[in-house]
Amino acid sequence: MRPLSVVVRTGCDFFAWFMIVFGVNIVIHGYMTPGGGFQGGAIIATFLAFLLVAYGGKKVLSWVNEKIYEFLFEELGLICFFVLALLGIGNSFFYNFLASPLGAERTGIMSLISPAGTTVFMSIAVGIEVTGALSLVIIAMFRGIRQFAGPSLPEEEIGHDR
Amino acid sequence: MNGFVQLIVLMLLLISAFFALWFKDLISSVISLAVFSLMAALEFYMLQAPDVAIAEAAIGAGLSTAIYIIAVRACSGVKRRQGGGPK
Repeated sequence: MRPLSVVVRTGCDFFAWFMIVFGVNIVIHGYMTPGGGFQGGAIIATFLAFLLVAYGGKKVLSWVNEKIYEFLFEELGLICFFVLALLGIGNSFFYNFLASPLGAERTGIMSLISPAGTTVFMSIAVGIEVTGALSLVIIAMFRGIRQFAGPSLPEEEIGHDR
Repeated sequence: MNGFVQLIVLMLLLISAFFALWFKDLISSVISLAVFSLMAALEFYMLQAPDVAIAEAAIGAGLSTAIYIIAVRACSGVKRRQGGGPK
């Protein structure tokens, strides 16, 4: 896949980073506003799709490291989710041990944590996991089609790729 | 007023779905599907399901469009090398 024109690449440079900011905003406010881990993670994973469509495959695949998406993002998110669910095992699985009742005063280190408790951290863990998984889906899809692309394809910039 | 806006959005849904089937050019079909997803997200938002609307906009209009474009461009490369293609 060849890179698109300089207009598309400049637009990608300007706007692709805001996808990450918007996705992180949705993830960390996911416990009380619409959205959450899955939606925010999908928006963050759109960043890699933007880069692949605008810059072409050869350049982007030399930038990204799949091990980061596989181990740092996906497995770290799953492990965080499971450990957070397991920490409340004194009462039950998925027990919200950090939550406080409505209107209760929170002092000390607990005042830094939202009254929603573990829901915030579970949303962030799901966001990390979905980011890694959907980015891996796109990378795997792209690696799968690369074997059909012959070596004769030129890598210069063109306007429309049809 | 709300019913009128919903009627317009549903008409746009039908029109974009029709053009997704109508176009011979595959890139145009994919863009029509992206418009379909956008209108579906707008309809979900007006039916007071903003959670589903965000998921539809992210997955339907963002990720699946990019995946379709990747697939179409790869197929057009194969077609060009084998001497076929629409042009």
